[in-house]
Amino acid sequence: MVKMKQQNKQVHHPLDDLIRTDRIPHIWCPGCGIGIAFSSALLAMKSSGIDLQKTVMVSGIGCSGRGAGYVNLDSYHTTHGRAIPFATGLKLANPKLNVVVFSGDGDLFAIGGNHFIHAARRNVDITVICVNNFNYGMTGGQVAATTPAKAKTTTTPMGNPEAPFNLPLLAYASGASFVARWTVLHTRDLIDCISEALTKKGFSFIEVLGPCPTNYGRRNKENSFDTMKLYQDHTIIKNGAYPSELDIDFHKTVILGKFLDIERETCIESYDKTCRPMELVEE
Amino acid sequence: MRTAVNTGEHFMTGDVACAEGALAAGCRFFGAYPITPATEIAEHMSARLPEVGGTFIQMEDEIAAMASIIGASCAGAKSMTSTSGPGFSLMMENIGLAIITETPCVIVNVQRAGPSTGLPTQGAQGDMMQAKWGSHGHYEIIALAPSSPQDIFYQTIMAFNLSEKYRVPVIIMTDEMIGHLSERVIIPDANEIKTVTRTLPKGRKDRFKPFEPGPDGIAPMAIAGEGYNIHVTGLTHDEKGYPDMTVEAQAGMMERLVGKIRKNRDDIIKTEGYRLEDAEIVIVSYGVSSRTGLAAVDEAREKGKKVGLLRLITVWPFPEEQIRTLAAKVKGFITVEINLGQIHHEVERCAGGKAECMLVGHPGGTIIPPERVIETLEQHF
Ligand SMILES: Cc1ncc(C[n+]2csc(CCOP(=O)(O)OP(=O)(O)O)c2C)c(N)n1
Ligand code: SF4
Repeated sequence: MVKMKQQNKQVHHPLDDLIRTDRIPHIWCPGCGIGIAFSSALLAMKSSGIDLQKTVMVSGIGCSGRGAGYVNLDSYHTTHGRAIPFATGLKLANPKLNVVVFSGDGDLFAIGGNHFIHAARRNVDITVICVNNFNYGMTGGQVAATTPAKAKTTTTPMGNPEAPFNLPLLAYASGASFVARWTVLHTRDLIDCISEALTKKGFSFIEVLGPCPTNYGRRNKENSFDTMKLYQDHTIIKNGAYPSELDIDFHKTVILGKFLDIERETCIESYDKTCRPMELVEE
Repeated sequence: MRTAVNTGEHFMTGDVACAEGALAAGCRFFGAYPITPATEIAEHMSARLPEVGGTFIQMEDEIAAMASIIGASCAGAKSMTSTSGPGFSLMMENIGLAIITETPCVIVNVQRAGPSTGLPTQGAQGDMMQAKWGSHGHYEIIALAPSSPQDIFYQTIMAFNLSEKYRVPVIIMTDEMIGHLSERVIIPDANEIKTVTRTLPKGRKDRFKPFEPGPDGIAPMAIAGEGYNIHVTGLTHDEKGYPDMTVEAQAGMMERLVGKIRKNRDDIIKTEGYRLEDAEIVIVSYGVSSRTGLAAVDEAREKGKKVGLLRLITVWPFPEEQIRTLAAKVKGFITVEINLGQIHHEVERCAGGKAECMLVGHPGGTIIPPERVIETLEQHF
């Protein structure tokens, strides 16, 4: 008995050092995809070899936005939609920081959509991880800018009359340097992809599809298992796919992969070159 | 390379003097969105910041501008934004974020006449209550009101110093007239300028609590990337910075946020008196309108009336004690401001019926001529 207890003590989760274990239990529902996206981001931070002391996580508001509250790094939980401009200030004031934005689709693309396109255009050197669960989880499941047409939410009880954004296309058109999409079923690819994005210079964007069984799933007759099954059966991996092919329709096939990985001068590099007197530019 | 402190005798506008004050105070990050009559602050900063090792960015809107300066401050830079009415409205939510996360930063509002787009190029003082209460929830704020380009230079330094000392956003409530007025500005040597920088934490990093107040009631501020692993949230939080959704946590946090300003009123509040010693009537004013007040005092004195001026340098927190003390001695107050009664109500509240309180207000768009003050004086006192 005593022996067992001692053994138990030694059992650590491999991510314990990167998690604020004193804040567990977390708020995420059973079957929610955010936890997998979150732990994938942490595993990627480890495998990428970036300096974790210089790594900061910024979130907006939402279930996904609680990410910043659980990571054991310098972390900022800001206002709804404003994680990216906050992150822009952090990065520009101290270019040595690795800045990771972890937030939801409503936060980043509805209320925060304007900030997203401008940060991509500027090529601010940050990594944006968006958990796309097709709805506003935190506020009880309202329609989002990513909700599929005809899907039911609390504010589209007869079905969504609008069309969703194709997020990788938006990121691509706005000027991002790195654009990818994975699901929480494809964790190995997801971790590798985030790891790559973390060391990538410029604006990196990763869309992570994940279930929200409590709100989206319930109203669209899809439990987490069904959603995961869709991720398995109705996706194909097509690296380098042209972004306009990336509309999400699970009645057909949804394309995953890394779609863009280019070299482009970052916001800071260009500022130093264009605006700063030569003698002040650090090598 | 030019230096941050532009020592010398200059002829410059209030907007430019504000930017120079910021640089002298140590501002090294500026994020803003253009708007008349504040644009010249951003323009001047865009040219000056890169040459002193700072960074300027024109953000996509004022919401982003406000978010960016909070982020930059968390990364260790003294940061500022500038705007006018419509943009000030957009900044409100994130001003609340700066308050609850205790992030030092400076916001300049070069006021123009509203509501809405109003008179975009003409000044007013209609946002004074918005500065006090514009963000949701209850809070205390520090707001300053400069009355000349020279004054705005020093008040901008003061704004940064207060902001860094108390870990609060500080608002400079100037107006179009001061922003666009060109006057002589003397910028002293760098070593004559006193600047304050936030207290950084000492001791064991793993035991550090980012919202545990030090002996002065202010928590030392850990900068991102220094190994403190801090969590900062706009949710109600405990001293560790962790969300705590209890009434008790809310009470404790609020008491500290509000308390750090209320308990330090004597250090924060600055006013300037002119011919107040024997005054029977006190003109209360701030910003460009205090110049109207000044002219009215001299004119009234020539007519043998015992009038003095109380110029508010800090409008918030409001110098309640001073008004109360004066109310016991004088016959009346005349508040001069380019709105239809904002600070006037504060004066009335503090006078508590002990002295008559009159308003010389204006709907906005121009300065108030001293004659209007004299008229009120003659009609009522
Ligand atoms: C300015 C503002 N408007 C509205 C809200 C309410 N709100 C909180 S979270 C949220 C939506 C979150 O959705 P999403 O970003 O998709 O995250 P999820 O909860 O699905 O992870 C909304 C509308 C808010 N906090 N602030
Ligand atoms: S409401 Fe949805 S998104 Fe939020 S934690 Fe629950 S399952 Fe996840």
